[in-house]
Amino acid sequence: MNWLTNYVRPKIKNMMSQKEIPDNLWEKCPSCEKIIFVKELDKNLRVCPECGYHFKITPEKRLSLLFDNGEYTLVSVPQVADDPLHFSDLKKYADRLKASRAKTNQEDAILVAHGRINSHRVVVAVFNFGFMGGSMGRAVGEALISAVDLALLQEASLIIVPASGGARMQEGILSLMQMARTTMAVQKLKEKGLPYLVLLTHPTTGGVTASFAMLGDITLSEPGAIIGFAGARVIAQTIREKLPDDFQTAEYLHDHGMVDMIVKRKDLNKTLGRIIDLLTVRLKK
Amino acid sequence: MKYLEFEKEIQELEQKRDLLRHEGVGNRENLAKELSRIESKLKRKTEEIYKSLNPWQKTLVARHETRPHTLDYIEALIDDFTPLAGDRLFAEDAAMVSGLGRFRGHSVVVLGLEKGNSTQTRLEHNFGMSKPEGYRKAVRMMELANHFNLPVLTFIDTAGAYPGVDAEARGQAEAIAKAMEKSFNISVPLIACVIGEGGSGGAIALAVADKVLMLENSIYSVISPEGCASILWRDASMAKEASKALHLTAQDLLKLKVIDEIIPEPLGGAHRNPAEAMKNAGDVFEKHLKELDKIDTQQLKGKRRDKFLQMTRDVSLKK
Repeated sequence: MNWLTNYVRPKIKNMMSQKEIPDNLWEKCPSCEKIIFVKELDKNLRVCPECGYHFKITPEKRLSLLFDNGEYTLVSVPQVADDPLHFSDLKKYADRLKASRAKTNQEDAILVAHGRINSHRVVVAVFNFGFMGGSMGRAVGEALISAVDLALLQEASLIIVPASGGARMQEGILSLMQMARTTMAVQKLKEKGLPYLVLLTHPTTGGVTASFAMLGDITLSEPGAIIGFAGARVIAQTIREKLPDDFQTAEYLHDHGMVDMIVKRKDLNKTLGRIIDLLTVRLKK
Repeated sequence: MKYLEFEKEIQELEQKRDLLRHEGVGNRENLAKELSRIESKLKRKTEEIYKSLNPWQKTLVARHETRPHTLDYIEALIDDFTPLAGDRLFAEDAAMVSGLGRFRGHSVVVLGLEKGNSTQTRLEHNFGMSKPEGYRKAVRMMELANHFNLPVLTFIDTAGAYPGVDAEARGQAEAIAKAMEKSFNISVPLIACVIGEGGSGGAIALAVADKVLMLENSIYSVISPEGCASILWRDASMAKEASKALHLTAQDLLKLKVIDEIIPEPLGGAHRNPAEAMKNAGDVFEKHLKELDKIDTQQLKGKRRDKFLQMTRDVSLKK
């Protein structure tokens, strides 16, 4: 009955394996099934030219398309000791971390960078779904807290871009506590009047949704992203009914009043830049 | 009395004791002797079993159907309880009990998740699984408490927030996030207590507090053992393993500095002597409330934030 029961595992697995097609000349659109040349897909910001489906992108690509001229500086985030509970299921958590690090070349499921959007100073924190499903443990919590601190220091806006299955079970209660800690962190921005924006990307569920991700001053989403608290499978089992077709999509959340705008990938820099400008520049000559 | 799988020896001794009490045979002197022998054996056995409960057994005790629930605590500890209803936005949510009352002389706001104790009341309270309107009512109650400078007591006992289409449509995630946010923004003392099951997001929504307490045999976890087992072991029947791996007991959470104090339960668990369990809880609440009352209200909020900022840093369990 927990939100993490929810993970909608089969779907997520699917997505992860799709990303790693060894034959990397072309990819198949999961939505319209069109075969697309990778070169063409990359040129189109990994959006299907046929149906507009937004493929996953790496955190580095995400950062470069958000910032002006693709220019940004990565920020080092606090080092956190691994595996506080010595967790082991079918695999050891320590081994899962090792494998994810080797695969992504990242320390954990988040990158923090600063740069400019529409010439305004902005700090961006991007989740990497490829790193243990973008799950939030202590490392992600500390990284988000440090992103907030950097934004405060630079008097910058903060944009968080979640893509996460939720809290990282392998850190038990310590991962649950990150919900409270990140919720608290973003309060500091609000109290200083610095814009805190959230860009929801596919997929964002569980404890990440139920904390900082739903507390943005303004919340944007990419089209078609799955965003929810409980997983669709668990809900279907609980209510024993067919779920609405568009259930938990960005469009569904928009229609239910949970998301301000759905923004296409190519328009993100422009839209975010305009919003930050409108929020922070009261009088423009 | 429903006996748990590891209570067989307790069950036998309790049955013998009851037989002797009600249908005593032989002379009175022998009877009294035998009764006292069985009672001391029962006490020893119960102590022995309960002293070494494993995490899965604690999970079963935490979920025991006759364990005292939120409304029992309110009945036992809160005078003049005055239930208040509704989130002023959509509906009243009976999974989330809320109201005003007097706790040992202090006027307080009470919030709690209620599981119910019969088929009918379980349905009424949606098995203790709140929907967004429940968490939004909690926010409303915290604002009320702040406005009138009243401490907030919360009782946590839930498998988790309700997973349903309606709950998602109305923003379950946002409602939980807002409840935590509000807890960081009020200046009155907040005391949270996990009395049974502290199920993930649905629980932490009420557990961002100055003092977070847990009953000795309660659990608090990021995910249920069953959920964890079905995801990580791909087999829900591995729940026992998962309960161990998750470190969800009050004792482990105290070591991890996630909670502040453990409230002792009577011999054999809260369900064997609810009155004593609830009195123990009341005594601990009172102690903390008195201490928190001494702290300046502006400082209180800052201290609460600092506590959560430090939380999870530099902690780990021994291998």
